[in-house]
Amino acid sequence: MNLIVIGLNHKTADVEVREKVAFAGEKLEPALTQLCQMDEVQEAIVLSTCNRVEIYTNVNNGNRAEVDIKDFISRFHGVSREALDRSLFVRPGDEGIRHIFRVASSLDSMVVGEPQILGQLKDAYEFSLERKKTGILLNRLVKKAISVAKRVRTETRIAENAVSISFAAVELARKIFDDLSTKSAMLLGAGEMAELAARHLINAGVKSMLVSNRTHARACELASEFNGKPVKFEDFINEMAHVDIVICSTGAPNYVVLKEQVKEVMKARRNRPIFFIDISVPRNLDPAINDLDNVYLYDVDDLQGVVDTNVEQRRQEAEKAEAIVTEEITSFNRWLSSLDAVPTVVALREQAEMVRDEELSKALNKLGDADERTTKVIRALAHNIVNKMLHPPTATLRTEAADKENLIDLVRRIYKLDSGEE
Amino acid sequence: MPFNPIYLFELAMTCYFAAMIVSITELFRGTKTTSRLMLFFAGLGFALHTANMVARYMDPEGGYLPIASFHESAAFFSWCIVLLFFYLERRYKLGLLGSFIVPLVFLIMLSSSMLPRAIKPLHPLLQSSWFGIHIGLAFLGNAAFAMAFGIGVMYLIQERFVKSKHLGGLFKRLPNLQMLDEINYRLISIGFPLLTLAIITGAIWAENALGGYWRWDPKEVWSLITWLIYALILHVRLTSGWRGRKVAVLSILGFLAVLFTFFGVNLFINTTHTEFLK
Repeated sequence: MNLIVIGLNHKTADVEVREKVAFAGEKLEPALTQLCQMDEVQEAIVLSTCNRVEIYTNVNNGNRAEVDIKDFISRFHGVSREALDRSLFVRPGDEGIRHIFRVASSLDSMVVGEPQILGQLKDAYEFSLERKKTGILLNRLVKKAISVAKRVRTETRIAENAVSISFAAVELARKIFDDLSTKSAMLLGAGEMAELAARHLINAGVKSMLVSNRTHARACELASEFNGKPVKFEDFINEMAHVDIVICSTGAPNYVVLKEQVKEVMKARRNRPIFFIDISVPRNLDPAINDLDNVYLYDVDDLQGVVDTNVEQRRQEAEKAEAIVTEEITSFNRWLSSLDAVPTVVALREQAEMVRDEELSKALNKLGDADERTTKVIRALAHNIVNKMLHPPTATLRTEAADKENLIDLVRRIYKLDSGEE
Repeated sequence: MPFNPIYLFELAMTCYFAAMIVSITELFRGTKTTSRLMLFFAGLGFALHTANMVARYMDPEGGYLPIASFHESAAFFSWCIVLLFFYLERRYKLGLLGSFIVPLVFLIMLSSSMLPRAIKPLHPLLQSSWFGIHIGLAFLGNAAFAMAFGIGVMYLIQERFVKSKHLGGLFKRLPNLQMLDEINYRLISIGFPLLTLAIITGAIWAENALGGYWRWDPKEVWSLITWLIYALILHVRLTSGWRGRKVAVLSILGFLAVLFTFFGVNLFINTTHTEFLK
């Protein structure tokens, strides 16, 4: 039983290579079947996303399997071995365990801490599980990886802060306003990032979304997409009295909203706070607006600054996460080594003898004045029963059966030899 | 006497001190454990503090509400703040509120500890049912103002973070601006009628005991100044829609007036109010 991880990802291969070797959609099923038909391969999971193509396998002989699997990838996708070898990494044993734990915890992701990868790993696992291509090692390993990822999520702040500009805007809105579901927003102009921010705000639960655009038809179009209300471009200043968040990206070469205008708006709003997000370059909102009380203005650079701080924070949290991963590798290895026959036989024997001795002393106490011969017979009886009962299972465990690990795991579970430990 | 009240007072103060240290470290490195620890110390302090007040009441020399001497009223002031703090903590779960309130509680306790603690028979003038009502209302109002002060400080810090675009760890853990502003408003709307009633009951009591509703006693003058500041806050808020930073600054000013009315006037100026305390 040997774990080996072979694959390539955004760190080792360009997208041109990644897309060539992806096991996307229809390709996954035949790939998995072919993999498991190899002599060396006992279990396999294929994780294929846009950032990584990785094969997790339990193999008999690591070196032979490595060659076989590399050849398989090359054959399956029609990519030369030389081209592949430049991008492929091979991580056997502990390195492989660490790799899978790090992938699950999103420590290996392009944006560290983004949680999608865990779902993708679960899907890849389910896919193999349903087709009975996983067994004792990968089942346990993936379950452990999921629990490591959960631990990382709860014990570190790795996924806490927004690392994209549009999410950072939502995060800020939550620090200015108490309850976004009572707030409304307005999208001024249209730009990819502004629309994205608007979408995030809708997902965060804002009550309504107004859309205004120089081209009114475009405003109507976007408004219907957002379930919002179009506003004539001449009227957007008046509408500012009623919305709490303004996302601006008009593409105008100058300021479309000036400080004096916002001053009037604030009077009409009775100073209720308003949050301006200016995603346009050149800027469309006069930066002096930020000097007004209860008015908060963030432009692209400000938001980028927020994102940079958050990325740095994630990097620091990632260090804590690495420590958790190392800890969990030790715990996983403890389980792995318990799959050896000797400790299992010893544990089984100890458990049986403990029960025997307890029951013996209870019985002898009850008899009280039993003579030496009776005692001796009773002791021998207990010993013999235990030994005879234990003989078949221990003998089976000691033989080198092909499914030895499964047997050992089964025995450990039946006799609850791992109780006290997870 | 089952226990020595002085001893209880020291213990309560020690607990508040511990809570303060934890609450200040929380500003730099806060976890669930630190906030629980802070609440534990503050809660234990509050229990001991309450026991101390009961013990003073049970004392053979006592037998009146232990809010008569300067020492007792300062302690009662912090007791009211802690009471209100626990209420707000349960109701709103504002992150880091304790870091801004518990140090204040400890400082008021500390000043109380430095004042003469002897339990003396109640001054004849104070032997009136107005005694408990007047002082109770005044300090509950003051406690609401103390909270509004702490929340005002939190608002100003958080507002500074958002405006200056420095969004560090503290920014993440402080509550959102709107909530701070609204709670500040609510606290002042509770504190203001309490202070108003305290002044009215004081006037009625003065009329009964001293034969005049209002005698321009310095305590009365400063209470009036405090009252005017809070009246102004509510006024500009309701008429001109002032909110946020300006109101937070005013609520800090208002509380400084509260503090001077209580400590400054008692310490530096001779008034009818301080005569009972000697």
